[in-house]
Amino acid sequence: MSAETHEGVHRHPAPTGFIRKYIFSIDHKVIGIQYIMLALAAVLVGMIMSLLMRLNLSWPGTKWPILETLFPTGAPGGVMTPEFYLSLVTMHGTIMVFFVLTTAPQGGFGNYFLPIQIGAEDMAFPYLNMLSFWVTLVGFIVILLAIVVEGNASAGHWLSALGTSFTGGSGTVGPIGGWTGYAPLSALGKIAGPGQGAGMNLWVISIAIFCVGSLLGALNFITTLLNMRTKGMSLMRMPLTCWAWFTTAVLALLSFPVLLGGGILLLLDRIAGTSFFIPSGLYVSGLLSGSNPNFPLHTGGSPILWQHLFWFFGHPEVYIAILPGMGATSHILATFARKPVFGYRAMVFAIFAIGLLGFFVWGHHMFISGMSPYSAIAFSVLTLSIGVPSAVKTFNWLGTLWGSRIRFTTAMLFALGFVSLFVAGGISGLILGQSSLDLPMHDTYIVPAHFHLVMGVASIFGMFAALYFWFPKMFGRFMNETIGRIHFWVTFIGVYAIFMPMHIMGIVGMPRRYSSFTEYRFLDSLHPLVVLVTVAAIVTISVQVLFYFNVFWSIFKGKKAGDNPWEATTLEWTTATPPPHDNFAGVLPTVYHGPYEFAVPGAPNDFVMQTDAEADVSSGNGHKH
Amino acid sequence: MLRPTYQAAMVTSTKKVTSKGIGSGGGFPGPNGKKPGGNGFHGGDRSKRKFSPATYRITMWVVLAAVLMMFAALSSVYIMSSEEERRPIAMPSMFFLSTGLILVSSGTFHQAKRSLQQDRPRAYLRWLLATLALGVAFLGSQLVGWRELARGGVYFAGHPRSTFFYLATALHGAHLVGGIALILYLVIRRLRLGWLLHGQKNATWHSVVGLYWHTMDGIWVWLFLLLLIFK
Repeated sequence: MSAETHEGVHRHPAPTGFIRKYIFSIDHKVIGIQYIMLALAAVLVGMIMSLLMRLNLSWPGTKWPILETLFPTGAPGGVMTPEFYLSLVTMHGTIMVFFVLTTAPQGGFGNYFLPIQIGAEDMAFPYLNMLSFWVTLVGFIVILLAIVVEGNASAGHWLSALGTSFTGGSGTVGPIGGWTGYAPLSALGKIAGPGQGAGMNLWVISIAIFCVGSLLGALNFITTLLNMRTKGMSLMRMPLTCWAWFTTAVLALLSFPVLLGGGILLLLDRIAGTSFFIPSGLYVSGLLSGSNPNFPLHTGGSPILWQHLFWFFGHPEVYIAILPGMGATSHILATFARKPVFGYRAMVFAIFAIGLLGFFVWGHHMFISGMSPYSAIAFSVLTLSIGVPSAVKTFNWLGTLWGSRIRFTTAMLFALGFVSLFVAGGISGLILGQSSLDLPMHDTYIVPAHFHLVMGVASIFGMFAALYFWFPKMFGRFMNETIGRIHFWVTFIGVYAIFMPMHIMGIVGMPRRYSSFTEYRFLDSLHPLVVLVTVAAIVTISVQVLFYFNVFWSIFKGKKAGDNPWEATTLEWTTATPPPHDNFAGVLPTVYHGPYEFAVPGAPNDFVMQTDAEADVSSGNGHKH
Repeated sequence: MLRPTYQAAMVTSTKKVTSKGIGSGGGFPGPNGKKPGGNGFHGGDRSKRKFSPATYRITMWVVLAAVLMMFAALSSVYIMSSEEERRPIAMPSMFFLSTGLILVSSGTFHQAKRSLQQDRPRAYLRWLLATLALGVAFLGSQLVGWRELARGGVYFAGHPRSTFFYLATALHGAHLVGGIALILYLVIRRLRLGWLLHGQKNATWHSVVGLYWHTMDGIWVWLFLLLLIFK
C-alpha cells in the first residue's frame, strides 16, 4: 500500500437519496453492479428456457401440467409444441448473447473496474453511462414483452390497436427466428407463420435499442481509457483487463452500428413494405408475393444480405463476449500464481490481433449460404489464422502458471476453468472453420457444442472468476469459498458433460433446432446420450442456485475483507474496500510500475503495488517499459 | 526503469480533488461553461475537471467512427442489392442543388473558423448563421427532392434501390439535424458569452463541431456519388 493514498483523505459529498444513490446513479460502480444484476436476472430467464428445451428433447410428449398453466397456447395439454420449442431457442439465444454475455463482462465488470484500474474518479461521461444502462434495461424489458405479446392473444390484440403492423397472438411463446433472425422468414411479418407477428417486431426493436445502449457504453469506455489515465499509467502499464475492455469497446463501436443499420432495414421490411431482404417471386405459406393483399409484391431484395450484415456484427460480438473474460483470466492467473503475466506485450498484441481478425471472418458463419468457394477459402484461412493469437494467449497463460506455487482460490479455479474451456471449445473451431468440414456439420449439434463451450461457458467462467475475485472489493466481504468450490467443480464437470456429448451427436448427424427426434430412427441409439446431457444440465443448473445464494448471502453475511485481500498489485487494491464514491478518496494515485510485479526479488513482500514509489524492480522479472 | 523520473513527480501527486467534483454533477465540464471552474483552470490539476480538448476530439472521432460504420453498412446494402427487376433511377435535380448547398456550407463553416482565429466576433457570428441557413436549406432541398422522386414513380416501398434514395437521405438528414443543433449551440455560445469565450475551449468546440459538419458533408457527397454513378 503506497503512502500517498492514505494522505489527505477527502471525501466527496456522495449522493444521499436512495434513488440518486442506487437507482439513477451516475457512479460507475453502482452502474456496474446494476449491469451485473441485469445479467443475473437475464441469465436466470435464459437458463430456465434451456432447461425447458432439454426436458422436451429427452422426454418428448411428456405432459407438464405447469407448462399448460403458464403457456396455454405454447403447450396445449402440457405438451410442448415445436413452435414453442423454436421460440425458446430464439429467446434463449437472444437473451444470453445480448443481455448476459454482452452486459456482464463489459457493462458490469468493465464499468466497475476500468476507471479504478486506470486511476480515474469515474467514467468520462457519467450521465451517458447511466443512460447506456437504462437504455439497455429498456431493451431487456422490450424483449420480455416480445414473449408476452407473441404468446398472449389478448396482449397482442391490445398492441394491435397501436398499429396495423402489431398483430400478434399467433399462439406461440415468443418470436421465432433464432438469435440470428434470418431473413426472409424474419422479414415477412405474420404471413410467414407462427412467431412472426408483433413479438418479432419487438424482437427487432429490442435489438436496435440494445445497439444504442452498447454504442453509448463503448463511446464512454474508449474516451475514458484514452483520456483519463492517472499520472504514470502509460498504456503498457495498464492491467490486461483494461486492454481487453478497451478492445471490446472498439469492437462494439464498429460492429453495433452495422447491426443497427441492418435492424432498421429489417424493421422497414416488416412494417413499411420495403424489400431489402425479401427476394422476388417468394412463395410462402401457400401464397405468392404480390398475389394477395396480405402479401404485397416484393422485388429485388436479398436474404443473404441480412446474413452479411448480421454476421459482420455477429462475429465481433463473439469476441465482445469473450475478450473481457480473457483479460480477467490473465489478471487472476498472475495474481494467484504469484508470477508476472508471461509475455505481457504479446498478450496485448494478441488481444488486438483477435479483435482485428474478428472483423474479417464473418463469412465462416455463411459457408452453407451458397457463397463462392473462393470466398469460402479466404474466410477459412482468415478464420484459422485467429488460432495464432489464441494460441499465443493460451501458451502465455500456461507460461504464467509454469513453475508457480498456485493459490487455489475459487476465483483461480474458475480462471483455470476458463483456459480449459477456451482450449476445448476452440479446437472444434479449427474443424468448423474449414468450409469443406463445415458444410456437412453446420446444421448439426457440433456447432452448438462449439460455441457454447468457447463463447458461452468460457465467457461465463471468466465472469465467475471475476466475480469471486473482485467481490471482496465490490462489497467488502468474501464470497463463501466452500460453496464456491462446490459451485466450481459441479459446474466444471457439468458443462463438459453437457457439451462434450453434443460433439458426438453432431458428428453422427443430429440436426440442431429440432424439438424432438422421435421420427428419426438413425438417431435412436443416441437417445441415452441426450438424456445424459439433460441430467447433466439439470445438475449444473441446480448448482447455480448455490451460486445465487452465495452472491446474495455474502453481500450481507460474508467474511469481511481488507483492502487488498489477494495481495494483488493493481490500483483497485490500493483504495478502500469498498471504494469511496470518487474511487480514491480525493487523491488520485500515481503509478510507478507495470501491473503484474509479482515474485520480485529482494522486495519485502513477493509483490510490488503499482503505486509503490520506493520499490525498485528494474532487476526483477517485471516488464521494462 | 522510470523510477528516477517519477520521483520528482511523486511529491506533487498528492493533489486534493476539490469538493465540486464528480459527486455533485458528473465531472464532465458543463458544455455551457456555466459551472464555476467549468473552463477548468485548476492550476495543473490533472483530474478531469480540467478542460481537456482531447476528450472532446476523441469523443467526436469515436462518434463519427460509429456513424461511418452505419453508412458503410447501408452503402454495401445498396451495392449488393439484387440486380433483378431494377431500373435506373434518375437523380432528382434537387439533389444536385443539395450537394452544392452542403459543399458551400462547409466553406462558410471554414470561414467562421478563420474569423475565430482572426478574432473577428461579428464575422464569426455571420458565417455561423450562414452555415446554419445553408444546412436548413439543404434539408429543405432534400424534402423537395423526395417529392420529385415520388412524382417520377419512385416510392419508399419498392425495389431496395428506390427505398435507398429515401432511407439514405433520411438517415443522413437526421444526422445533419444533429449538426444543425451543434451549430445552433455555437451561435448561442457566441451570443451569450460575447467574445469572452475567446480561448482554447471555444476553439475546441468549434473544431469538434466542424469535424462533425465536414464529415456529414463528406457522407452526403459519398451517397450522392453512389446514387448517381452506381445505378
